[in-house]
Amino acid sequence: MAPRTVAPFGPQHPVLPEPIQLKITYEDEKVVDVVPAIGYGHRGIEKACELNEYPKNIYLCERICGICSCIHGISYCEVVERLWPIDVPPRAKYLRTIWSEMSRTHSHLLWLGLLADAFGFESMFMQFWRIREKVLDLLEMTTGQRVTQSISVVGGVRRDIDDEQKKKCIEVLREVRKESEALINVLANDYTVKARTVGKGVLTKEQAIALGCTGPHLRASGVKEDCRMQGLQAYGDLGFEPIVEKDGDCYARTLVRCRELLQAIDLQLEAFSKMPEGEIAVRPKGNPPANEAVYRAEQPRGEVFYYAKGNGTRNLERLRVRTPTYANIPSLLVMLPGCELPDVPVIVLSIDPCISCTER
Amino acid sequence: MGIINTSRIKSPWIMHFDNSSCNGCDIEVLACLTPLYDVERFGIVNMGNPKHADVLVVTGPVNRRTARVLKNLYAQIPDPKMVIAVGTCACSGGVFHNCYNILGGVDKVIPVDVYVPGCAVKPEAIIDGVVLALQKLSKALGVAK
Repeated sequence: MAPRTVAPFGPQHPVLPEPIQLKITYEDEKVVDVVPAIGYGHRGIEKACELNEYPKNIYLCERICGICSCIHGISYCEVVERLWPIDVPPRAKYLRTIWSEMSRTHSHLLWLGLLADAFGFESMFMQFWRIREKVLDLLEMTTGQRVTQSISVVGGVRRDIDDEQKKKCIEVLREVRKESEALINVLANDYTVKARTVGKGVLTKEQAIALGCTGPHLRASGVKEDCRMQGLQAYGDLGFEPIVEKDGDCYARTLVRCRELLQAIDLQLEAFSKMPEGEIAVRPKGNPPANEAVYRAEQPRGEVFYYAKGNGTRNLERLRVRTPTYANIPSLLVMLPGCELPDVPVIVLSIDPCISCTER
Repeated sequence: MGIINTSRIKSPWIMHFDNSSCNGCDIEVLACLTPLYDVERFGIVNMGNPKHADVLVVTGPVNRRTARVLKNLYAQIPDPKMVIAVGTCACSGGVFHNCYNILGGVDKVIPVDVYVPGCAVKPEAIIDGVVLALQKLSKALGVAK
């Protein structure tokens, strides 16, 4: 029997910019055991949310994660609105949907680039990030910030998209769709990409459900489950259908995200065409009442769950967040043992890990 | 030593470490390396290994667990080295200043040469910070930039 070696993967590793440690035990080139050590990114945001007044928590919640920040901010506002409850104007709902999908577009482009980088396809990485800059420019134009937009406020949104901006958005989104299609065509059909992803890190439908996976990771294993199916915000009007693949390997997860990227652009274009006129925000009266509320939203990485409890003062009594990567990490312990050592970065990346989300 | 010092200034190799940031600054650091900003045209290369690096780029506030890792990485970088704190969190703790697990800015643990504020920092500001660090380094080494 070959001797066993333990290799630390992280907390500082070129594949993941974030601090997580996986202690990988391997024999020759085969991985036998994986032990994740998390806690490097823990800040204590949930507790800090109790110390701040409720309108200020938007900025803190957005900084749970900088990549899906827009949806974190929106989800926080939605859950606090449910405490009163406050009814948000229809135009604000459409605007929230548009910005959510825009942030999904940039997040998926980012992930596809990182995946290409993980198996050494450097030029593909550069191409995806080149396209992503166009989406970031749109976000900067419409919200004023590239990464953390803070666009949502309790009761609506902070800014409107006027006709000139709308025209520009539609034009750029069409361009982005065309360029992404060309790149996805290469990514999905290239021989070397297939050699590194097909049949790697297989997760069956039963395992995915038993481990409680969420998001594109779950849908790649053939489960039709997406929080956007609830029809909240404008998704009910847009005729949303989740994207599902059957194989459950890294290739299927890549395909799900490729198709979701194109779908996100289509949803934005449709939302722009159906967006009603009117108010963009209502002012909340008084403090959040003593009440409890929950809200589920679909992030680029999966389902995020928000729970809020008010007590009639300007501070919340409790805020609880459950993030998608926290649900997806256990599946690594099923997928990694038995794989080859060079496949570890690709499999780890295929769940789209977001450590700052997980540890908050 | 002349030629080594000159090339240190001409082509600095950076290493990025994320303490416990929200990822916002991390993806902006990565965006610096991609086609729109492309710092490689100035000879700046991103390294995974601290022993190859000249400049340490740190994002995010220091928490109780990453403090040890950060000290360890800093010790592994050969002299002369520069530390750039990227983002408001890395400068002072930022929005996380009242979180219980946060010690504060990077300067609580290791000496910092250049502070780049912003939340999230724009890639232009990061490039500006690296240029500032290089000016400081060239002055210390006595090499004309």
